[in-house]
Amino acid sequence: MSGGTFVGMPSFPKAAHEAVHNQTLRGNLRHATHTIRAKRANAVAEVSDWAELREAGKQIKDHTLRHLDRYLVQLEESVTAAGGTVHWAADADEANRIVTYLVKATGESEVVKVKSMATQEIGLNEALEAEGINAYETDLAELIVQLGKDRPSHILVPAIHRNRGEIRDIFAREMSEWGRPAPEGLTDTPAELAEAARVHLREKFLRAKVGVSGANFMVAETGTLVVVESEGNGRMCLTLPETLISVVGIEKIVPTWQDLEVFLQTLPRSSTAERMNPYTSTWTGTTDEDGPQSFHLVLIDNGRTDTLADEVGRQALRCIRCSACLNVCPVYERAGGHAYGSVYPGPIGAILSPQLRGTQSEIDASLPYASSLCGACYDVCPVAIDIPEVLVHLRERIVEGGVVTRDGAKVVLKPAKGHAAERAAMRAARWAFGHPGALRTGQRFASRTRRFHPRTLPGPGKAWSETRALPTVPAEPFRDWWQRTHGGNKSGGGAK
Amino acid sequence: MRVALFLTCVNDTLYPDTGRAVVKLLTRLGVDVDFPMAQTCCGQAHYNTGYRHQAEPMARHFSDVFGGYEAIVTPSGSCGAMVRELYPRMGERARAEGRGDTLAATLAPVVPKTYELTEFLVDVLGVTDVGAYYPHTVTYHPTCHGLRSLGLGDRPRRLLQSVKGLELKELPGADECCGFGGTFAVKNSDVSAAMGADKVRNAESTGAEVLCAADNSCLMHIGGTMTRLRTDMRPVHIAEILASTEEEPLS
Repeated sequence: MSGGTFVGMPSFPKAAHEAVHNQTLRGNLRHATHTIRAKRANAVAEVSDWAELREAGKQIKDHTLRHLDRYLVQLEESVTAAGGTVHWAADADEANRIVTYLVKATGESEVVKVKSMATQEIGLNEALEAEGINAYETDLAELIVQLGKDRPSHILVPAIHRNRGEIRDIFAREMSEWGRPAPEGLTDTPAELAEAARVHLREKFLRAKVGVSGANFMVAETGTLVVVESEGNGRMCLTLPETLISVVGIEKIVPTWQDLEVFLQTLPRSSTAERMNPYTSTWTGTTDEDGPQSFHLVLIDNGRTDTLADEVGRQALRCIRCSACLNVCPVYERAGGHAYGSVYPGPIGAILSPQLRGTQSEIDASLPYASSLCGACYDVCPVAIDIPEVLVHLRERIVEGGVVTRDGAKVVLKPAKGHAAERAAMRAARWAFGHPGALRTGQRFASRTRRFHPRTLPGPGKAWSETRALPTVPAEPFRDWWQRTHGGNKSGGGAK
Repeated sequence: MRVALFLTCVNDTLYPDTGRAVVKLLTRLGVDVDFPMAQTCCGQAHYNTGYRHQAEPMARHFSDVFGGYEAIVTPSGSCGAMVRELYPRMGERARAEGRGDTLAATLAPVVPKTYELTEFLVDVLGVTDVGAYYPHTVTYHPTCHGLRSLGLGDRPRRLLQSVKGLELKELPGADECCGFGGTFAVKNSDVSAAMGADKVRNAESTGAEVLCAADNSCLMHIGGTMTRLRTDMRPVHIAEILASTEEEPLS
């Protein structure tokens, strides 16, 4: 099973420190993100009503989230009427227990998996492994991650941090442990690598009796689930097994097929820069003698209702996991996906993880600061999530504390530790800015002592001066010059 | 037209040349400029670091100081965006916290009449040729808040293209953040420095002598990186280029 987990991750700056200095990783990420970034811009530019589609997507999601209680019940009724069974899971443990129980009930000890963020979020593969069940990832990139005992570093392209040479080595070394070995003399050409994966996976598809999937969308009016993908491996998992278990976050609902239409236009262009993705699979319950004869839908909350309770933060639940924000993010490009310590990396991960998991851990408390607030993520988001707004909101939660919802109950968070010096500095600055005279005294002191200013700073200031020269303090601040040259006749200040 | 210069605390303390340039430029264009001495800071650093409640009295102070002017001009994209984009949001949040409309009402008057310098020149004064002379090759970095929050678009470039003697070079990856980001520069210094170094390398590849931007905070980070990387380029604020004339060239 996948060897890497996110438990006990260090803070973002610590994790990013390694990545920034890894030249291979920087090269891989730069090449991949810049390529897809440019393609996406073209794919979006050719749609004349993109702004309207974006606004429609935002409004559909906001409407659905506002009436989530109603649509979830409607979905359960539709799925049940179509021959499926709906299970409700409040958290990751409950979801894992349900899926494990369902797999065991079939008597099988293997499952094939469609690429799914939700099952990674709850650590399903590890939970199944603990019960003696092998879960095989069948998405090409997920296969690379699983065989490499690695962690995904991107929502759409989980192995974005690997180059072809690294992938060849992983296939040659690991495939035989899991099933059909890689062919002798495998090279790093894309066609050969794809063929090796194809042959290896085909064996799994034909043998599997149980499939596990997530879903991109769930249509409440008919109880239909939708998976959008490029490879066709997902469709194999969705159609060949006798039993299909889909694990989906409760926010993935859209009310109607007409609503779905908006996202089927914006998602492929935002994620893979395609006008339309190669495979869109939809299924509604079960159909006699066609596809899985047993269908289970496991709806997971796992922090979503708590997130929904926050007026500013709830917009993160609009996310359709396109990963456009990752591809355009200068911080992601340099820090890499692993530094975010979550299956949700990049800007969206920086606002989603601390809400779904809370801000107690070192990594979650550091994520809201993993951004220069440049706003590129908000610009490209197809459902207009104002990521910088939520980042600042979460920073406030960390430094000021306040009321949040955890496990459905209101709790009061204390201000986080480790911000004492910053808090004192902010308070002192605020006081000075409230007293222009004091500010002026400080400015003059800085100007008069400028000969003695060091060129590098000790302590926390080193974080600046190690790579950047300090600005030279001028002989006099502007306000002194103004008063010398323009003083007296105007500029009294104060309310006019 | 009587206009207040909102210089920003960073420019007042560290970059008075930029302030003098704005005064010189606007005066040349027939604008009556005042510098209200009671001005301090718009509260952006506090707000963006999570201290919104501490930023509120600073925003109220800003409104007290500047509320009486016809227009408020600032040579900073990010401080301009603080007033225009985030002051209304502070008002909304106060309302959502059950504190009524007082803050929103106090801040409302300054929001629509605050202009970033290049906006003021192009939109309010209606000029792109400001009569400037600057015989150097320049590449322009559009800073994030000017670009994406205020939507400055091609205004700075149009102004630079009209400067006599100035040769404008395209900056590769111009839209990408330089990595400053306020406290981000210190809290995530590794990533910030890597972004800064990439920005400087892109600027160097243009062969320009000068990297120009409309925000000195970003230029402090980029310029500091240039010094450490021993680059021949220098950072210059757009106001100083636009203020430069044949009679009084920027030294």
